[in-house]
Amino acid sequence: MNTIGEHLLGIEGLARGQLEFILETAQQFVEINERSVKKVPTLRGKTVVTLFYEASTRTRTSFEIAGKRLSADVVNISSSTSSVTKGETLIDTALTLGSMAPDVIVIRHPLSGAAHLIARELREVAVVNAGDGLHEHPTQAILDALTILQSFKRLDNLTIVMVGDVLRSRVARSNIFLHKIFGNTVRVVAPPTLALKEFSALGVEVYYEQSKALHGADVVMSLRMKEEYLHEAFIPTKEEYARRYSVKTELLDKYAPNAIVLAPGPFIRGVEIESKVLDSTRSRVNQQVANGVAVRMAVLFLLCQRQKTAEVSRGEEEFRYNA
Amino acid sequence: MPNAMTKKTIIKGGRVIDPKNGLDGEFDILLEDGKIIGLERPGVLGGIGAVENLVDASGLIVVPGLIDIHVHLREPGYEWKETIESGTHAAVCGGFSAVCCMPNTSPVCDRAQIVAFILEKARNAGFSRVYPIGAITQEQKGESLAPMLELREAGSVAFSDDGRPVSSPAVMRKALEYSLMCDAVLACHEEERSLSEGFAMNESAISLKLGLPGMPTAAEDIMIARDIELARLTGARVHFCHVSTARAVTLIERAKNDGVRVSAEVSPHHFSLTEESVANFDTAYKMSPPLRSAEDVAALLDGLSRGIIDCIASDHAPHERDSKNVEFAKASMGIIGLQTTLPLTLKKVKEGKLTLARAIEALTSAPAACLGLPGGSLKVGSDADVTIVDLDKEVVFDQSINRSKCSNSPFLNCLLRGVAVKTFVGGREVFSFEKEFKK
Repeated sequence: MNTIGEHLLGIEGLARGQLEFILETAQQFVEINERSVKKVPTLRGKTVVTLFYEASTRTRTSFEIAGKRLSADVVNISSSTSSVTKGETLIDTALTLGSMAPDVIVIRHPLSGAAHLIARELREVAVVNAGDGLHEHPTQAILDALTILQSFKRLDNLTIVMVGDVLRSRVARSNIFLHKIFGNTVRVVAPPTLALKEFSALGVEVYYEQSKALHGADVVMSLRMKEEYLHEAFIPTKEEYARRYSVKTELLDKYAPNAIVLAPGPFIRGVEIESKVLDSTRSRVNQQVANGVAVRMAVLFLLCQRQKTAEVSRGEEEFRYNA
Repeated sequence: MPNAMTKKTIIKGGRVIDPKNGLDGEFDILLEDGKIIGLERPGVLGGIGAVENLVDASGLIVVPGLIDIHVHLREPGYEWKETIESGTHAAVCGGFSAVCCMPNTSPVCDRAQIVAFILEKARNAGFSRVYPIGAITQEQKGESLAPMLELREAGSVAFSDDGRPVSSPAVMRKALEYSLMCDAVLACHEEERSLSEGFAMNESAISLKLGLPGMPTAAEDIMIARDIELARLTGARVHFCHVSTARAVTLIERAKNDGVRVSAEVSPHHFSLTEESVANFDTAYKMSPPLRSAEDVAALLDGLSRGIIDCIASDHAPHERDSKNVEFAKASMGIIGLQTTLPLTLKKVKEGKLTLARAIEALTSAPAACLGLPGGSLKVGSDADVTIVDLDKEVVFDQSINRSKCSNSPFLNCLLRGVAVKTFVGGREVFSFEKEFKK
């Protein structure tokens, strides 16, 4: 039987078959999201807690909508409203929530390994990593993969180019792991302060110039340059950075005419990506967001299904097939 | 320290290894009144009066009491992590007859009263000898010098701002110059903090993959290079604590060849483990300096075997579970090591990376020489600090064996081979494996 494991902590360590299984399941949910009535009773009676220690709009909302469309009860906790501000440790918060017997805890945390830490402590609760520090953001990479799959009808034999702050990007890491699993060519383009030579040890080609990296690219991902990092000596000025690393129509037309463009967002128009690109037919930005809901529905569904395999009633079986 | 009135003890039939005096063979040793009063080939000592304590060491090795020059006893100020009593208890169980304790306590050991307090506590505990290390700068702030003369007179054997390196080269220069007056070594934790800020592990492809902030090896190497040049400039003595990089070994070798007065230690975890261990975000593997690459480990073992790195020190750093059972980046750095240092060192002997004599030297006379301590010798007339080791004895290092107050060790519940079975301090048996663990 196909299984994606007990938790979804990262892309690293997953097998190609597991990723394909999540993607197949997500494709079925894409269809549900296109209906006029988008709610199915699949996870009725299940509880999903989102525990966010970082500000997030799109990821948290995406998980919440995913849970609700499957009829799960979704409870959102953010660090400003939780006991974290009272000095409680992450493990204690997780154990407290765990004692209320939710089926899934979705966690975002500013420190790498946070999701792994609570997954080690919690029993009978599936943990979904919605971003841990600079480490991983697996559902983002899977929704990117679904978007690529929809455009190219395949997930292998592709050249993926990531432009921008790959160093401080968990999206970049999860995407690197995913595309190496599918055997794709992965290139990163950034100044050497960000595109460290160590990236090559992850099987990634390192470039400092877009014009050299874009040759034959199928997918170009634009990564965010956080405003606050502009002052940390990684790059001299926003203008110099934008001149060389902003994803531009002109360069794409010249070097990668067939490439689609993804951006995890939020993005700063004019810094890491030209407005013209975002508004062009290459852009898959809105499709990414839509796919995000379907992928998170698939992940929640598969984790809950795995947990209670033994308890699945005949009725619920049918809902699953209908889904 | 220990009572002068001790029994006469004879240790018979063991293989005595005393690298300082070039001994390796079967000898009997006679201890009386805290001193070694006889060291002879088997049978010679038989006729000497009434022996109250006969220790049969056949099949075992007998070495000078082990000396650990880098230990955090945490008292005063952090008694929930360790006390002088619990730490020195762990020390003798690990074969150490003497330890040097680092000054990063609360308050910092930067005045005579703290030194006196530590010595008094150690005397009362009655386990190992304790040689306090005083701070280089007041409160280890890296600004004004600590009163080194006062500290020296009170019993500090060396000076260190361990854990908080002296950032300013100018302050370091002054400290080195001043240290010439009290003939004491500055033991330095070398880390350029602007390069290591916020680090959680070694900087490498693995830290990149895990998204953890890394400390490049250059952060350590730069400071070692700086202090080699300052030692050259001032003529003072610098001891490099827990070196962890291949470059450090090269820099230290060159400095020694130039006649600069430097010495170095390595911790067992740095020659036993690599950064790969961090891959599961297990905070038991978080330390400072961080675990490095396999190439660094190879260079450290090579440097240790050739004596470029003089000695082995545990950097015993107890931390309670609460400070380790958190997000990796938030977790405290360091591991306990007093009871694992000897077996981890002997493992390298078994693997052919070190000779047995060199391993024993690196745990006895070499650390003593680094900081100018007594001990590390079985010569007649020396203090009767002796450790008996069973090279083949296997022990699972679990909570029934651990005598530290904390259990932060990646080797917890691991099978260790080659452990101390008896430790004598000043002729007094302060540890016997049988009595300690078969209660």
